Amino acid sequence: MAKPRVKAPSSVKKGQVFEVKCLVSHKMESGQRKDRKTGEPIPRMIINRFVATFNGKEVFSADWHPAISANPYMAFYMKAEESGDLELTWIDDKGEKITAKKSITVG
Amino acid sequence: MKYAKLMLAGATAAMVAGGVALAGEWGQYQVEDRRSGYTYMTDETRFIQNDDFENPAMLWVEKGEELWSTVDGKEGKACQSCHQDAAESMKMVGATYPVYAPEIEKLINLEQRINQCRSERMGADEWKWESDELLSMTTYVRHQARGTPMQAKVDGPAKEFFEKGKAFYEERRGQLDMACMHCHQFYPGGQLRANVLSQGQSNGFPTYRLKWQKVGSLHRRFRGCNKQVRAKPFANGSDEYVNLELYLSWRARGLPVETPAVRN
Repeated sequence: MAKPRVKAPSSVKKGQVFEVKCLVSHKMESGQRKDRKTGEPIPRMIINRFVATFNGKEVFSADWHPAISANPYMAFYMKAEESGDLELTWIDDKGEKITAKKSITVG
Repeated sequence: MKYAKLMLAGATAAMVAGGVALAGEWGQYQVEDRRSGYTYMTDETRFIQNDDFENPAMLWVEKGEELWSTVDGKEGKACQSCHQDAAESMKMVGATYPVYAPEIEKLINLEQRINQCRSERMGADEWKWESDELLSMTTYVRHQARGTPMQAKVDGPAKEFFEKGKAFYEERRGQLDMACMHCHQFYPGGQLRANVLSQGQSNGFPTYRLKWQKVGSLHRRFRGCNKQVRAKPFANGSDEYVNLELYLSWRARGLPVETPAVRN
């Protein structure tokens, strides 16, 4: 639906630990619900992997499981030695990727 | 002398504290004996609402903002074409709706007004109730009034509908034979199974409900409540619910608009 929301400082000091917050819009269907009318189980459709890379190098990743709510929020800490692009990727069960990018300047 | 001064300072501090307690221990979320649903939530739920970034309902606000300037329909207009800056033009809307609309000789609520604008002035298709678009636009418009005290007009031509809404609120219905007031007026703070009953104030709608895992309208909440007392729910946007909406706006008078609120 909407674009992912990412909040990270646009400029940081070298080696400084900073927080990255992000929130993505996804229904996160757990696979444990049944269709009310037909009684058929609704197939699982969740984001199962979240990866954050900085200048192409992985800085944070997580495997997600069905107990995570819709529109998942994620926060993590990282540090940067040089300026670059922070790329966030969410991959769902269909293999569809949602990406967001944020440039961070090290000053 | 110094001791006396300290005593005086202490007494003043106590009086100030007393004053705060009178105004309500919940600050802006309480006016007299009226408490926002916010005050009945757990700390964890409140924290999600407090942080605009963490609040998932802001996704709908952002989508609404996008739609505000999106041209749609035969007239080639967007909301923005007439209403310009929503922060200015929509400032009071969230706090005052529903209002009496002379052209239809009854109340009109925000969702209906948006659709009226779309069909009559933009030449666009009406959005379906509970569709992402209508929810986003309603949330976005009402969000512009965040912090403004609820102040719906219940006199003049609206009075008749206000009385109907009040009657609906107090009327028993369903197999459980319960009225809205039996939970929300007599037993707020009590429990309905695992759920804490609130006063049923409408100042945070459309609200992100954790149970729904998305934003939902006030009428969806009405339907849920009606089903819980095993009554046949009315349709979204029905006269009964719009009248009830006005009564609830009056019940929440003085409470700040919290849209988009987060509730469990």
